[in-house]
Amino acid sequence: MMTKLRSYGPATLLLWVLVLIYLFPVAWFILSSFKPGSELFSLPLSILPENWTFSGYITAWNRFNFAQYFFNTGLVAVVTTVLTVFVSAMTGYALAKYKAKWLSIFFICILATTMLPTEVIMPSTFVVIRDLGLYNQLAGIIVPSIITATGIFMFRQYFKTVPDELLEAARIDGVGEIRAFFSIMLPLAKPIAVTLAIFSFQWRWNDYIWPLLVLNDPNRYTLQLALRSIVGADNIDWSVLLSASVISLIPMVILFFVFQKQIMNADMNSGLKD
Amino acid sequence: MAATTQTPEVATATPPRRRLASIRRGQTIAPLIFIAAAVVLFALFFVWPGALGLWYSFTDYRGVGDPEFIGIENYAALLQDATFYSVLGRTAFYTLLSVPLHFVISLGIAVLVTTRNAKGKVPARVVFFMPWLISPIVNGVIWRWLFGENFGFVNYLLSLVGVDAVPWQTDANLSLAVVLFASSWGGTAFNMLLFMAALKNIPRSYLEAAEIDGATGWQRFRHITLPLLAPTSFLVVLLTTIGSMKEFAMIQALNGGGPGTENMLMVQYIYRTGFERSEIGYASAASMVLMVILIVVAVIQLRFDKGSDQS
Repeated sequence: MMTKLRSYGPATLLLWVLVLIYLFPVAWFILSSFKPGSELFSLPLSILPENWTFSGYITAWNRFNFAQYFFNTGLVAVVTTVLTVFVSAMTGYALAKYKAKWLSIFFICILATTMLPTEVIMPSTFVVIRDLGLYNQLAGIIVPSIITATGIFMFRQYFKTVPDELLEAARIDGVGEIRAFFSIMLPLAKPIAVTLAIFSFQWRWNDYIWPLLVLNDPNRYTLQLALRSIVGADNIDWSVLLSASVISLIPMVILFFVFQKQIMNADMNSGLKD
Repeated sequence: MAATTQTPEVATATPPRRRLASIRRGQTIAPLIFIAAAVVLFALFFVWPGALGLWYSFTDYRGVGDPEFIGIENYAALLQDATFYSVLGRTAFYTLLSVPLHFVISLGIAVLVTTRNAKGKVPARVVFFMPWLISPIVNGVIWRWLFGENFGFVNYLLSLVGVDAVPWQTDANLSLAVVLFASSWGGTAFNMLLFMAALKNIPRSYLEAAEIDGATGWQRFRHITLPLLAPTSFLVVLLTTIGSMKEFAMIQALNGGGPGTENMLMVQYIYRTGFERSEIGYASAASMVLMVILIVVAVIQLRFDKGSDQS
């Protein structure tokens, strides 16, 4: 018993101290969102609200067009994610299963994009978006975000592990290249597709810089832009801001609980971050 | 190669030549079709803006009218711009602090949530993963709320133990420290995930053999785990470096690069000059400088990675 305690003790203690440190910011923020405005700043501060209230939520929901923001952000996140998965799968597949000099060159170009994130060329990218007629359009956020080195890399690594014999057998049976991909290879890569879809959705849901550059019309704002516009106000209404922030987290929390297993077991080592 | 060795078998099975030729043709056209979308997007959103940015950096473009070529004037002006130096210095300082911090925290936590010696790892993982669900904007809001000077929880705690209110918002170094806390907290989940996956792949037998030989926990970690984690460590360092150098959204919501502009980082500076003052030419020059720095950093780190492979 003693030895067991000794071997479990220090690591467990350290783990749970860290858990409390990590938990506290979120807990404090969520609990505060249920406090009435008068209680937010009244000393002594208490962790639990004395009078639980939803008034912050009601005000936030009424004052801001959340339904619209959810719709805009959801539309962008879903469409981008679907396109990202398809484009990444096709590109990764071509890079894994065909051999040609120009394919290797293109692969190097794709890897280079991870080192040259688009943020560093924001001003000229903005001009490109404007010239393409995508300014102030949701498509202006969607189209540039489709291509991700991470996604392409994940699929490439995966398709490398699929035996070439499978493809050769299909060819001998007279299955065309395109059909072989869609009916044999793509279904095989479903786990990768799901992992990438989860990550892509998270990137797009939380994206800030593209919407900031591209969108001008408040009716087309995404959630993050709307939130930031509350933060930027001269006098922050904290009870509204806290509630609005909590509302914006709900879809991600649902996503996490639905796909918890896939997220926790995702081996992103074969990929690169967006 | 494999295809040619199989040719005879195919030839006996089906009417040969023409089908083989069409298979070969398919193998040049198909990859083109597969990568077409990616090539177009790459050209539109990397090559074109990159080339355009380089061109603008030599012009006085302000977003309207025609850009006029002014040579290296923008770069010369940048070299004279005290704000630019302070932004560059602040970005470098921030990156230097944040990369080791992110690394140590996320590796430490990954080890703790995978070790045999701790209890309650599953709920702990969920907690450590929470910040991944939180957008950079909300992350900024949370930490601004915690570290408010007059109303923040941290200062309230300090006042309970008799410490005067700490100027988290008005002191430049302290507000950078808050940014560091917030970004380490927000970045843990992703890096932890990378480390967890890598730790799972370390053969248990190595560690057990070392344990039998009498190696302490720290020795095992230092001489077995850490070297085997090298590829992942490299990835984390590279991604965190790039991530820190282009930190933007979270700072916007946390303190807007304040107090004043003292903690303005590169992306914010480019955003301000390019979009708020619409000096696109000047902002493009600053972008080009940032790009060169990022390339140099990435190349140096790649060299290190190569070096560790050979040893």
